[in-house]
Amino acid sequence: MKPPSRVREMPILRVIARALVPVILLFGLYVQFHGDFGPGGGFQAGVIFAAGFIIFALVFGAEALRQVVPVVLTERLMAAGVLLYGAVGVVAMFLGGEFLNYSALDPLTTGHHGQHLGIIVIELGVGIAVAATIMRVYYAFVGRRPDEDGTDADPALDTGAGGEVS
Amino acid sequence: MIEKILVLEVVLPLLAAPVCVLVRHPRFCRLFSLGVVAACFAIAVALLVEVRGGGVISYQLGGWPPPLGIEYRVSTVNAYLLALVTSMALVVFSFDSRGGPPRVPEQRRHLYYAVFLLCISGLLGITITGDAFNIFVFLEISSLSSYILVSLGGHRRAVMSAFYYLVMGTIGGVFFMLGVGLLYQATGTLNLRDIAARLEPSLDDRGTVLALALLVVGISIKLAVFPLHHWLPNAYSFAPPKVSAFLAATATKVSFYLLAMVLFTIFGAPFVFEELRLQAVLLPLSILAMFLASSAAIFQTDLRRLLAYSSVAQIGYMTLGLSTANATGLAGGLVHLFNHAVMKGGLFLVVACLLYRVGSVHIDALAGIGRRMPLTSAALVIGGLSLIGVPGTVGFVSKWYLVSGVLERGWTAAAVLILLSSLLALVYVGKVVEVLYFRKPAETQPVDHVREAPLGMLAPAWVLAVAAVFFGLTTDWTYGVAREAAELLLAGGI
Repeated sequence: MKPPSRVREMPILRVIARALVPVILLFGLYVQFHGDFGPGGGFQAGVIFAAGFIIFALVFGAEALRQVVPVVLTERLMAAGVLLYGAVGVVAMFLGGEFLNYSALDPLTTGHHGQHLGIIVIELGVGIAVAATIMRVYYAFVGRRPDEDGTDADPALDTGAGGEVS
Repeated sequence: MIEKILVLEVVLPLLAAPVCVLVRHPRFCRLFSLGVVAACFAIAVALLVEVRGGGVISYQLGGWPPPLGIEYRVSTVNAYLLALVTSMALVVFSFDSRGGPPRVPEQRRHLYYAVFLLCISGLLGITITGDAFNIFVFLEISSLSSYILVSLGGHRRAVMSAFYYLVMGTIGGVFFMLGVGLLYQATGTLNLRDIAARLEPSLDDRGTVLALALLVVGISIKLAVFPLHHWLPNAYSFAPPKVSAFLAATATKVSFYLLAMVLFTIFGAPFVFEELRLQAVLLPLSILAMFLASSAAIFQTDLRRLLAYSSVAQIGYMTLGLSTANATGLAGGLVHLFNHAVMKGGLFLVVACLLYRVGSVHIDALAGIGRRMPLTSAALVIGGLSLIGVPGTVGFVSKWYLVSGVLERGWTAAAVLILLSSLLALVYVGKVVEVLYFRKPAETQPVDHVREAPLGMLAPAWVLAVAAVFFGLTTDWTYGVAREAAELLLAGGI
């Protein structure tokens, strides 16, 4: 096994990664919010968004990513994304439509404004849930560290430098 | 009113799961999920009352009319199943959580409740939806969550049996998916009623016959029909006891509904049972299940494995009812869904009580427990009598109508075999009762310290034991509904 510091010492990788990560995140947001005019949508955007974070972790170490996005936050975001999706459906029900009938979201205008609004919000929910899930899967792969509740500690797997390529 | 909130039956547990993940407080999650399950039960009962007598409620998801949109469609058949699943979920959730999964620490308990709620949501979704692809999605939700639930059992082999269950379950899911794909190719629609209306099954149409074969085999794996049952004994005996109780009472029942729906609603009884003669396969397999699985149960030394093998045998009774394809026999099979859920759910809850106090349900460890835990043991005896089919218990009701249906069909030998197989049940139940009450505890395993199970555990187990007697005496809400459902299925409707 090569020393874990090796990737971190490669200046080209570090500089490129630093430059790439914000671009990837921006592109993820573009795919998310442009999804109703062109190709894209929540799932793709979530994957791209998470990929940006994972590249960051591959170059700077999973520990660095944990400080930016704690494991528990990814778990919460997974649930929050699903809830956001479901909440749109429930709100539509309260406004007198069927579950997930987006037209009911905007009863005042007759056009497709409600449909538009509904799809943007549920795709946002999908995006959040997918991005959080991909990151959580990544965390699960790079080693089972004790998270904040101190469970699941497995020292054999816990190298702290998982996910580094060289 | 009820037709406006029908969708909450699925949405409530589906959204309660992420709420549990967000809140993370174990006691909140326990009470919250209990409340959600109770609400689902209330909705299911209201639906059943509403549709009894031939009513149908249709709900268009997102306001998109079928066949393009997803339709939730409730008739007597699936309202009966919804009531079954939610009532069992309610009893299991009210069971004291001290018997909860041993491998799940307090800090992660919320995830256990979340997964349990997802499993319920998946089972309810399969039952309520009128869309073939939607069924597949919910099938996967319920299956994936039940693999997780099974793996939470304390024993090391729990993970292995969950993995085995996963492999078998995934094969079943893929077969189901392929079958739906072929049906979509043949009809160009995914709405179940629309498929049924457009499909003209004939033996010359290989694609349709293949679709039927794939669907039947796929669902049979999930249902644990006799030669495909291998995942079940391990999964039920290594899962946490509450999970075993829930899965034994509901998961296979929903698969049975799915099988009946595919055979009777989509392909229609005339094609399946007159042209194709599926009963030529289904009937021998059912009888083999009754005998071989019951015989296997006799030789088990672990109470949970014994009950699991008995479940495989009981599934044989259900599929036997299915293969008669007449109203009495099918109603017998359908009523056995509920009756078996009541007795097997109750028995697995008794197992949970025994595990909590005795620490083991190995047959030798149970010697003399009848005196130390009289109420728990009495509940076990009632459940056992019901498994045998003693008059006055639910088991008798099922067998009565099954035998009537089989005789109506003219299969005298099968009727005799049903009665003979009850003798095997007598042997394995008798074996447990003998150990509990009449055998002296071994010197190495003193039972003097064993006390009666706490009330929070006893009460749910006894609710099911009382139900096993109550519904053995009044059959209006069990056989009455099942009969109506059977007639509806035979007429090709859902």
